[in-house]
Amino acid sequence: MSEMIVSRRAVLAGSGALIFSFSSAAWAQSPAPDANAPGAAALPPPPPLPGSLKHAPFLDSWIRVDADGAITVFSGKAELGQGIKTALLQVAAEQLDANFDRLKIVTADTARTANEGYTAGSHSMQDSGTAIMHAAAQVRQLLIGEAAKRAGAPPERMTTDSGAVVAPNGQRFGYGDLVAGEMLHVQASPQSQLKDPAQYKYLNRRIPRVDIPAKVTGGEAFVQDFRPDGLVHGRIVRPPSYGAVLQSADAAAVEKMPGVIKVVRDGSFLAVIAEREFQAIEAMRALAAAAHWQENAKLPDVAALPALLAGLPSREIKVIDQQRPAPANAKSLSATFTRPYISHGSIGPSCAVAQMQGDALTVWTHTQGVFPDRDAIAEMMRMPKDKVRCIHVQGSGCYGHNGADDAAGDAALLARALPGRPVRVQWTREQELAWEPYGPAMMVKVAAALDDSGKIADWNYELWSNTHSMRPGPAGALIAARYLAEPFPEPKPFAIPMPEGGGDRNSNPIYNFPSMKVLHHFLPEMPIRVSALRSLGAYMNIFSIESFMDELAAGAGTDPVEFRLKHLDDPRAREVVSTAAERFGWSPKPRASTPGHDSNHDSNHGSNIGYGFAFARYKNLAAYCAIACEAEINHETGRARMVRAVAAVDSGQVVNPDGIANQIEGAILQSMSWTLYENVSFDDRRITSVDWATYPILRFSAVPDSMEVHIINRPGLPFLGSGEAGQGPAAAAVANAIANATGIRFRDLPITAERIKAAIGV
Amino acid sequence: MRGFVRLIVLLGLALVFVAAAYALLVYQPPFAPIPQPQRQSFDPALVARGAQLAAIGSCGVCHTAPSGREFAGGLPLPTPFGTIYSTNITPDHDTGIGAWSLAAFERALRRGVRRDGVYLYPAFPYDHFTLVSDDDAKALYAFLMTREPVRATAPAPRLPFPLNHRLVMYGWNLLFLKPGPFKPDPAHDAIYNRGAYLAEGLGHCGSCHTPRNIFGAEKADEKYSGGEAEGWSAYAINASSPAPVPWTAATLLQYLRHGFNSDHGVARGPMLDVAGNLGTAPNDDLHALSTYIAAQIGTPAAPTPQVEQQVAVQGARGKAVAAASADSQAVPAQGSGASDGGDEGALIYAATCSGCHSGPRAAPFGGIDFALSSNINGPSAKNLVNVVLNGLPATEGKRAPIMPGFANAMDDRQVAALARYLRTRFTDKPAWTDIESSLTDARTALRASEGKPGRSSAAGSTRPGTG
Amino acid sequence: MKLNVNKAQHDVDADPHTPLLYVLRDDLKLNAAKFGCGLGQCGACTVLVNGEPVFSCVTPIALLEGKAITTLEGLGTEDKPAPIQQAFIEAQAAQCGYCIPGMMMRAQALLQKNPRASDAEIRAWLEPNLCRCGTHMRILRAIHRAQRIMTTAQRGEAG
Repeated sequence: MSEMIVSRRAVLAGSGALIFSFSSAAWAQSPAPDANAPGAAALPPPPPLPGSLKHAPFLDSWIRVDADGAITVFSGKAELGQGIKTALLQVAAEQLDANFDRLKIVTADTARTANEGYTAGSHSMQDSGTAIMHAAAQVRQLLIGEAAKRAGAPPERMTTDSGAVVAPNGQRFGYGDLVAGEMLHVQASPQSQLKDPAQYKYLNRRIPRVDIPAKVTGGEAFVQDFRPDGLVHGRIVRPPSYGAVLQSADAAAVEKMPGVIKVVRDGSFLAVIAEREFQAIEAMRALAAAAHWQENAKLPDVAALPALLAGLPSREIKVIDQQRPAPANAKSLSATFTRPYISHGSIGPSCAVAQMQGDALTVWTHTQGVFPDRDAIAEMMRMPKDKVRCIHVQGSGCYGHNGADDAAGDAALLARALPGRPVRVQWTREQELAWEPYGPAMMVKVAAALDDSGKIADWNYELWSNTHSMRPGPAGALIAARYLAEPFPEPKPFAIPMPEGGGDRNSNPIYNFPSMKVLHHFLPEMPIRVSALRSLGAYMNIFSIESFMDELAAGAGTDPVEFRLKHLDDPRAREVVSTAAERFGWSPKPRASTPGHDSNHDSNHGSNIGYGFAFARYKNLAAYCAIACEAEINHETGRARMVRAVAAVDSGQVVNPDGIANQIEGAILQSMSWTLYENVSFDDRRITSVDWATYPILRFSAVPDSMEVHIINRPGLPFLGSGEAGQGPAAAAVANAIANATGIRFRDLPITAERIKAAIGV
Repeated sequence: MRGFVRLIVLLGLALVFVAAAYALLVYQPPFAPIPQPQRQSFDPALVARGAQLAAIGSCGVCHTAPSGREFAGGLPLPTPFGTIYSTNITPDHDTGIGAWSLAAFERALRRGVRRDGVYLYPAFPYDHFTLVSDDDAKALYAFLMTREPVRATAPAPRLPFPLNHRLVMYGWNLLFLKPGPFKPDPAHDAIYNRGAYLAEGLGHCGSCHTPRNIFGAEKADEKYSGGEAEGWSAYAINASSPAPVPWTAATLLQYLRHGFNSDHGVARGPMLDVAGNLGTAPNDDLHALSTYIAAQIGTPAAPTPQVEQQVAVQGARGKAVAAASADSQAVPAQGSGASDGGDEGALIYAATCSGCHSGPRAAPFGGIDFALSSNINGPSAKNLVNVVLNGLPATEGKRAPIMPGFANAMDDRQVAALARYLRTRFTDKPAWTDIESSLTDARTALRASEGKPGRSSAAGSTRPGTG
Repeated sequence: MKLNVNKAQHDVDADPHTPLLYVLRDDLKLNAAKFGCGLGQCGACTVLVNGEPVFSCVTPIALLEGKAITTLEGLGTEDKPAPIQQAFIEAQAAQCGYCIPGMMMRAQALLQKNPRASDAEIRAWLEPNLCRCGTHMRILRAIHRAQRIMTTAQRGEAG
């Protein structure tokens, strides 16, 4: 350990208090403690560095200051439209005490940024935001230290202001003047001198998003807009169904079509490259017509998914096992909930640009994970990883693992077929909806017992689900890799362990049940291609739990909001629930008669309005979200529409309240669309929901009249990811409102107008 | 002097005669208002049967305005004489039929007279509903009286003199109303007769599918020879049916149940709503209806070889080339290249339409092949023009075909060129004479309805989906 | 053939069958109109032809000789945004932003002919356009905001 680190440590420690500031590498270099030395005790392990600093501990992996004072922030996370670029800039500007306008951000590039895995799981603020927060604070301290030296003043008497360190005599040292050489190439320490939230200038502010102006004026904003010189256009001819084998494709006529440069075939991977985009499209059509496939897929019966799930081989995962015997007079209720496969339905079909120059490949892609996608592509292309660079360029909202990674793989193969030229692969709408990996079908069986006082005494929950993640990593996760002449095998599915969870995410209720058992039947066999869809298993688990909580509340004769509060200890959870209820104007309403599948029931005829409430803490670790909503049902058509929704959110320290509100509003509407309309359809061989006619989603006719999001700021508390917090509660709130209006409980998603009408009857 | 007295006496007698005639024939006594019946007083089975009958009668289609409440009226119905608005038939006591007894309801249904004795205009097809049986009328009454009451009053009709005096309808009824009940034809079996009862009665197919005379009455001697509804042409459903592939009872049944048939196309215009309602009817009723109508169309001549070939192509769509891989536009356009010969319509078809309409995607999501289209073969260009301009808008939350409209991309000259091309390319029928007038009407209707939720919006009606 | 795009004449060397969308994006390098489906189902490709909205993904350029085509770029820039652009920025009416140009062009067509369109009319008018992120509430707020900006501008000009 050199002197330099010691002096940095002193600076970072401020007034000389001893703190641990070893990186793991430094720790490894230090001599092993001598247990026999007098007064020696075993040194405790170093505290981990906060956020993603634990994987990328050098400060200049995150912050760079140029000589002119311009500051660049680096993040391994990607802008998906959730506003992360702006939020991270706010965090950096705050802790650096720099002008927001002098900052810019570089995201997700395997050659330039830290490896932060996937931009997923609502981890971006927790991982990247936390890392940048600490890195920025520590950079500021280093700058103060340097300025202090030059000013001949003690560091603790220096202040910072708008990108300059200010000496006690008022002398200003611009940040740009202070940096030199490798000054920031220093490993972070686990603690930082963070700004007092009371003095925040940028956090909890509605700073306008830095990416919106270009998007509304035709600026280059998306990977679809990227047009390097010499760009050519590729189109893939995908098989008609899973596992189809290309028998023949007479490409002779296609090769002669105007503008066609090359037809690429490798096993069952078939594609065409042309000079102009429409030429590529026409060539794709002709090539598809000329291709002959042997189809092998045998898809299950889309109308009998629960039976399918119950029958697939399973591996039992105990999520919770704390059962106690139920009290004597317990009242028991049980229910089964189901959901179909649901599509990401990205509005812009996947796209990527790739270019092979010499032995190096560059891919511009909207994947959520540039490093894992890079690894998969490198493996597929049998290239060394350091010769493959993946650069994230924004695509349309992906809401999880959609076709982006696969499109990047497609582009890589085409780039190899045409070295030197940048090749753009654009998927068609049908290809996106037919080949993306869906959110898996799931089934939930839950049973609970109510004691005499109307509290839940026992809770028994089982769920059946495929994996919710088949992301790269391995090359076989890419479609193209599986259809090559020498194919890569599809990777084995794995269950993401709790507390994050996959299918079992949020299956562990946050409520204080004295007796609980939660069992996850993990189903490795995947007849339909699946992977991560926004909130993973939480959507279904929260829908089921929060619907069933309403059924139990009715069984206990208690108002649904009051019932939840009875079982909630976490004060932040309680506040979110109370806030949503209060702002909505929730008042205990006469409940419809016992909900059930009684289609002759005529309880609410004439009352078309229903009210529903739901709450969850995403993963029981991230943001808290409660939603109260009003829905109207058309008795003649069965059509349900959310009329009004009020949400309350606790995201810890708020960075950009507008960003949070945007995400929650979006989640509510997207979840409503999933819940009321959506299911992937297929026959015994092929996916049949391939466009917006066959996979209808929300349109303006069903948009609510009003929506409010109330954010509870927690100054100084850790950031809590909010991007997925609304999906589950919105689904349950709508379902509960429909049950309130009709007196009928719907447990099978989607809750379509036909199903409602059939249950209501005449 | 005596001549003068005689004149007075004759005038007096005439007056007495007219008064007597009025009292005995024209005058309709009002029915006393009844207290609004309790919902529970109706047998649920009767209500359920009434719902089915209301679907067959498509009551909600006319009696629901766009974005309006079900059965609350307010839909403007354009007629050659002016606009008439459908009335509120919810059981609201003041503005609907909540004060109507069963007898009052039956008289309105079968004689076209309101509870207060005022004549209704035959825009309400009581000239068909006169055939509805007592049992069915009771069931319909039970259904309507158990709907949700809505307070709404339709605008008054706007008609020129003398039609703005409803008494004139007495004359119309005298000439054109053939009162029921329905008489089965002994030459046909029970299923045919049931179909006849439904089609001629509640189904009121002739209201759209039969041409009308200058009095707005159906021409009895041209039954089912084709008519018009709301700017759309309702095809002949007798021996003059323009469908290249002749309808059979089975294909009609599928069409009415699902809103499409691969050999014919998808239901659009007012028929879309009708098929949506009929789609919920019991199978026996639909089977009888289809049997009867198929019998009106008659035993067809065999389709031409070209048409048979197209049927084969149509059937192979979706199987030969996969929807998922090839997208809906895998087959290169027909009619492009040399055969264009500078024909603007041919170029427009090849560049704009052929991708979906000659592509590999099967009905109903792939465009209908025009060789099989009644649209192109029918006597009027109206329907083609309507669909080209408006497309097929999306249906909320339901799987249904979507087609973009080309009203803004094409000007009238281009639409006309396309229409002429399609007519010559895909049929051997004489040229249309109403392309320009159809365009004018369609553009006018488009401007009037712009920005307002159309009949195809979610608020009002049921839609045929495809499962 | 010649195409009139954003008030400028362009000589376009493309097959007349080419949908306008690809000519705008690839030949004229205009980014706003987007490929969403190529089927006329989602509206991401919406541009104006003679002031009326069209799906540029299903409109071959053969139809467009002599017609005035307007894209989002033709309305304004970051430095001089049109009311609709200013409104969408102020309302922060975007999540991923992919559908937004189509929404804006569709809205622009409505406001040009019916500046006082009601909320119900705006909702009905936007039905052909899809947004998967669920930004609908903000899109509506932004359009109302654009109305106010346009009204103020008119009053400013008049007064």
